[in-house]
Amino acid sequence: METTIEQKYTFKDFTSDQEVRWCPGCDDYVILRSMQKALPEMGVKREDVVFISGIGCSSRFPYYMNTYGMHTIHGRAPGIASGVKLANPDLSVWVMTGDGDSMAIGGNHFIHVLRRNINLNIVMFNNEIYGLTKGQFSPTSLVGQKTKSSPYGNTQPPFQPGELALGAGARFFARIGGNVPKEMTQLFIDAHKFKGTSLIEVLQNCVIFNDGCFKNITDKAVKEDKQIFLEHGKPMIFGKNRDKGLILKGLKLEVVTIGENGIAQEDLLVHDAKEKDLTLHQMLVRLEYPVATGIIRSYEDVTLEEREDELTAQVKANSNFKKTDDLFFSGETYTVK
Amino acid sequence: MISDKVKLQPEVIEAVVIRFVGDSGDGMQLTGTQFSDTSAMFGNDIATFPNYPSEIRAPQGSLYGVSGFQVHIGSVEVSTPGDNLDLLVAMNPAGLKTNLYAVKPGHTIIVDTDAFSKKNLEKAQYETNPLEDGSLENYRIIQVDMTSLTKEALKEVEGLDNKSIVRSKNMFALGMVYWMYGRSKEHTIEFFNKKFKTKPNLIEANTKVLNAGYFFAETLELIPNAYTISPAKMKPGTYRIIMGNTATAWGFLAAAEKSGLELFLGSYPITPATDILHELVKHKHFGVKAFQAEDEIAGIASAIGASFAGDLAITTTSGPGLALKGEALGLAMIMELPLVVVNVQRGGPSTGLPTKTEQSDLLQAMYGRNGESPVIVIAASTPADCFQYAYEAAKLSLEHMTPVILLTDGYIANGSAPWKIKSLKDLPEIKNRISKNASEDFHPYERDEETLARNWAIPGTAGLEHRIGGLEKDRITGNVSQAPENHEKMTKIRAEKIKRVQNFIPDIKTEFAETGDLLVIGWGGTYGSLHSAVKQINEDGYKNIGFAHFNYINPLPKNTEELLTRFKKIIVCELNNGQFAKILRINFEGFKIHQFNKIQGLPFGNNELIAEFKKLVD
Repeated sequence: METTIEQKYTFKDFTSDQEVRWCPGCDDYVILRSMQKALPEMGVKREDVVFISGIGCSSRFPYYMNTYGMHTIHGRAPGIASGVKLANPDLSVWVMTGDGDSMAIGGNHFIHVLRRNINLNIVMFNNEIYGLTKGQFSPTSLVGQKTKSSPYGNTQPPFQPGELALGAGARFFARIGGNVPKEMTQLFIDAHKFKGTSLIEVLQNCVIFNDGCFKNITDKAVKEDKQIFLEHGKPMIFGKNRDKGLILKGLKLEVVTIGENGIAQEDLLVHDAKEKDLTLHQMLVRLEYPVATGIIRSYEDVTLEEREDELTAQVKANSNFKKTDDLFFSGETYTVK
Repeated sequence: MISDKVKLQPEVIEAVVIRFVGDSGDGMQLTGTQFSDTSAMFGNDIATFPNYPSEIRAPQGSLYGVSGFQVHIGSVEVSTPGDNLDLLVAMNPAGLKTNLYAVKPGHTIIVDTDAFSKKNLEKAQYETNPLEDGSLENYRIIQVDMTSLTKEALKEVEGLDNKSIVRSKNMFALGMVYWMYGRSKEHTIEFFNKKFKTKPNLIEANTKVLNAGYFFAETLELIPNAYTISPAKMKPGTYRIIMGNTATAWGFLAAAEKSGLELFLGSYPITPATDILHELVKHKHFGVKAFQAEDEIAGIASAIGASFAGDLAITTTSGPGLALKGEALGLAMIMELPLVVVNVQRGGPSTGLPTKTEQSDLLQAMYGRNGESPVIVIAASTPADCFQYAYEAAKLSLEHMTPVILLTDGYIANGSAPWKIKSLKDLPEIKNRISKNASEDFHPYERDEETLARNWAIPGTAGLEHRIGGLEKDRITGNVSQAPENHEKMTKIRAEKIKRVQNFIPDIKTEFAETGDLLVIGWGGTYGSLHSAVKQINEDGYKNIGFAHFNYINPLPKNTEELLTRFKKIIVCELNNGQFAKILRINFEGFKIHQFNKIQGLPFGNNELIAEFKKLVD
């Protein structure tokens, strides 16, 4: 694990000298500032932090962080980040990616990094559109959505990122609106603390090519009624008046109102993010109303590095090979005089 | 009778080429390996080459399911697995049919007659039995009921099923060949003891069958004489038999230890490169991190990540995999990170001939990336020198801060030969360029004046935090820059950095003649074939034929052009359609460069090369 430190950083220590070049009003600014505020709270040394990105608007992120960073190629950030982490498990490694980068061109790497459970963090900026190439549909765009590459409406059904991630074995999955810096900052800290691959989906508004795509979920006026912010160990309750909640009816989640039809708060489901079984977590990520935000799943498991370390220690303890010469001159050799 | 006794005196010969063939499940690779290892320990020079089908277990007895292992042993220098056979051991009709062409007329073929059933003859598409129809009268055929004799030898061993009994008949054949060439059985019996440690009945069975074959050959009147091949004159030292892919893997192990770095391999299985992965995963005791990724791209991507984090990072592949890695390799190149990409070439294009050899990825290695993206390209030339060139690839990569492509091929990767073991203390120093000290004015793209290599600042080092990436960068600070002059300048700096590697690599040397009528040029895995052909033509009375073999392709050695001026004629021989010849023409104008190309998935034969050389000098 990363060494913790006494020294207290502020967000300025994580701000690079590069001018930020996202469009004015983009949620990416919120993500950047939330991260710069979260890092001083993590107790990690600046030189131990590495941001890796692929290609897309999201992937400019590393340039703006005064840490180690690599802006790499489209879709491959999980592979590159895995190499960084396996080479030096003491680093805090972050993959900054988008919906196209992670689930279209990088889909293969995305599912495999989640399957392996390497202790790194992924922040996925989901804006349901390709921004940097100026407005084509992405793997999360909706059917019927009109974009530059679907002028008559998109015909390809979308991925639900959480469903895909949990299906691939994600141990940590959280979702958050792009306009709530305080909650987002806390989620980054929680993701950092989690041992294993953590994935945070940010519902990120693209002001230019898909403006308002999450309006009905994230706008201040509606968010409390349209989102359920999940917390481990707490009842699944939501609504401006805190009077709505979720129960399980048969194999489906159902929205109920406290006080109606004999429903009391005790009847609501209690969120267990740490449960190994995926069933309820899958239902929650699929839910269209209310949209589940917060930490949906946080199941701690053995990481790839831990398995590798254990094996390496075992092999080292049982091996006679300390230096390459021991190997090269071992076994069937013969001497010519 | 007297004449028979005279014949029984072992005949002394210099070298012999033997091929063992059978079904892909018959254990021919094992038989061949045992024979070559035993011969090497006896002191012979050896070269081997396995030849197996791309099907794992092709239908029994079929022509395309034949698996073979060829070994060339000599009391003289042996540089190839040999062309034509002195002895063919054929375990079934399909093996005989597909390999008969290679047997020298008048030479020996051993067959298992039990396998020449009607069914097997049909599968091998024989209309009549070749053992009975007189079609083999130009050869010395030794017919042995190997399967029956094996069963007979094992009738008292308990706990064996019929399948295990029949499968051990390869050891009967090996026993016979051991006797014929005066080899000791000891090494193989030791091998049984180790391999079947927990299964004593298998040790007993295999030893019995090996002995049965050996004594059968000794007593059999059908074998009129035996051969002696004396130990070869080799440089003093400690040797072992090594396969090319193992030597490659070990070269990286040595480079990691010498440079003080940990070794990281990111790889995805692909024939014929996978054995490098198989070898490196074993060496966790040296702290090797071998990561089998989800695909070729993640293989190189993880290696790039590990390189950024300060490991000696490599990725291994074959042609199609190199194509997939192209974009990421360009990234490593513009980020100027050390990285070695091993391409064990096979027949292409596309899936091509996965188990056969070719040298057709040279231009891909040179130019197969978008943009102006030169990297160092070097090539190993023998199974044993895969060690040296893997080590050299790592050294150049770390000292010049650039990706290096190391080309080997299926022929040398799967072939084996004696390797004079290199101790770490005898290997050249490797200086990595890791920056340790934080300084106010650290710039990631500041360069060493001599090599133009940048410094390597790795995560975890306080004060050196920086960002790099695939976008063009300012030539000092490394910040993103789209400035027109900066891009042109950076493009030229990256090219010059590779060119300056010329100052750190040896000049190209010639063998057999310094100057003269014909210069034979080769590169990479064809060294053995070309060397032996040029040697022979010079021995045949052609005195002025020189040979130059290239291991450094990008950049080429400094004296390459001067070399070309020293001979009247030049011929470039390669297992592709003329790729290295093209590179020479691009670089050096005004030379008439002849080509000899073979694109059959097979190495060059001695005779075809000599015939080609003679056309140019006669």
